[in-house]
Amino acid sequence: MLKINCPFCGPRTEDEFTCGGQSHIARPVTPAEVSDQQWADYLYQRINPKGVHYERWRHTFGCRQWFNVARDTVSHEIYAVYQMGEPKPSITEKGV
Amino acid sequence: MEKYSAFSLLKNTLTGHKHWPKSWRNAELKSAYDVVIIGGGGHGLATAYNLAKNHGITNVAVLEKGWIGGGNTGRNTAVSRSNYFYPESTRFYEHSLKLYEQMNDELNYNVMFSQVGIINLALDRHEMDIFRRWSTSIQLQGVDSELLTPEQIAEEVSILNMGAKTRYKIHGGFIQRRGGVSRHDAVAWAYARAADNLGVDIIQNCEVTGFDIVDGGIRGVKTSLGKIRTDKVGMTVAGHSSVVAAMAGIDLPIISMCLQAMVSEPVKPCLNRIVMSPKVGCYLSQSDRGEMVIGGGADSYTSYGQRGNLPTTESVLGAVTELFPTLSRMKLMRQWGGIVDIAPDASPIVSKTPVTGFYISTGWGTGGYKAIPAGGDTLAYTIANDKPHPLVEPFSLDRFAKGRLVDEGAAAGVAH
Ligand SMILES: [Zn+2]
Repeated sequence: MLKINCPFCGPRTEDEFTCGGQSHIARPVTPAEVSDQQWADYLYQRINPKGVHYERWRHTFGCRQWFNVARDTVSHEIYAVYQMGEPKPSITEKGV
Repeated sequence: MEKYSAFSLLKNTLTGHKHWPKSWRNAELKSAYDVVIIGGGGHGLATAYNLAKNHGITNVAVLEKGWIGGGNTGRNTAVSRSNYFYPESTRFYEHSLKLYEQMNDELNYNVMFSQVGIINLALDRHEMDIFRRWSTSIQLQGVDSELLTPEQIAEEVSILNMGAKTRYKIHGGFIQRRGGVSRHDAVAWAYARAADNLGVDIIQNCEVTGFDIVDGGIRGVKTSLGKIRTDKVGMTVAGHSSVVAAMAGIDLPIISMCLQAMVSEPVKPCLNRIVMSPKVGCYLSQSDRGEMVIGGGADSYTSYGQRGNLPTTESVLGAVTELFPTLSRMKLMRQWGGIVDIAPDASPIVSKTPVTGFYISTGWGTGGYKAIPAGGDTLAYTIANDKPHPLVEPFSLDRFAKGRLVDEGAAAGVAH
């Protein structure tokens, strides 16, 4: 069970949240001009790292706000919680 | 290879079971191979076996980071079925189910495949409507499927809660009687023994660390035991597909997630079908040893930790005890997790790649076990002929850019 520190409500248990997958995916600015491959990359390609993953979470059964989490995909340790629109924090082996 | 038979059993019984030959050699890693398979699970071993048997390519190594069958092949709930929705999927999985039906004879190994039948439960009217459509689609493709009324379901499965006070009333369902369970370790061992017998080298405790790629083509594999020269590599590594493909410079549309399963303490036989509910997200069967083998949906976020998280465990067990209240006081004996490779359309990717000589078999997601024989057959064909086997043409890597997805999000379901 993860304990996630919602930036709006404070620490809550994992089952109040929904994971929205990889964060910081930029939609092509001019969709009509990109190739099929570039559009497919935007829709389907995911980093899927073994290690630090920057992902979106929503406090579904709470404030319903979206925010970002930097989490290790092996240990599941959460290194950082930060707002939507903020840049990725850089994570070293030992955390922020 | 000594053939297993009633005679060999008798002979070895008389000599106290001290002289059984090894099932496969402890092969030395050579410096060059015609084909290197990465991943010694069911898919990798079946691929190597088919390369040797069907295509005459015997100078093959199977590299396994841990021990063979120690990944998802040994962590699933051993269900085989072919009740998919789209023809592309049904054709493929029906081929696989037929190969399971012949596996004992083909590999001279008892994989204990019991076709007990798999029942999908409809817990509301709308689900029953969908099941009619789904079951009809299966029948149209010439595969067995029967709709069941609630009364027929009560006869098939005596311990289901059919009472008036259920939270979810059972509205009916459908059954594929040829669906079944087998012994997963035996499937890995059977393919390993048969492949080894044809000259394939099985190398355990050998981790791939990189590739030699020249002019866009595979020239070699770097491993923890040294370098290997080869022009062809087949990748069958399930949850680690993104990690291994990245070493070859290939990005995949795959997400790795943990899928857990669990077994109860053993009890006397009381459940003789596989029962599955897509709505509440659980399924179970009773093993030959009497344990309830329980599974559900994958955990809800990216993970390489082979453990499983508690909220999913609770949700699966809650669903089981709702459908089968009589099981509510049983003890769980074991719970475990495997890392599954999920594609955006919940369908596999068996394909050539932008790197010449690098072939992938991934995206098996929560249902790779049932696909082992056909996955091995089709990947071996694809490697040997450098063109996709007709059964996996719809499952190529370039389908995402072409928009030709095979969306099996529903039929991939929860039974693995
Ligand atoms: Zn909140």
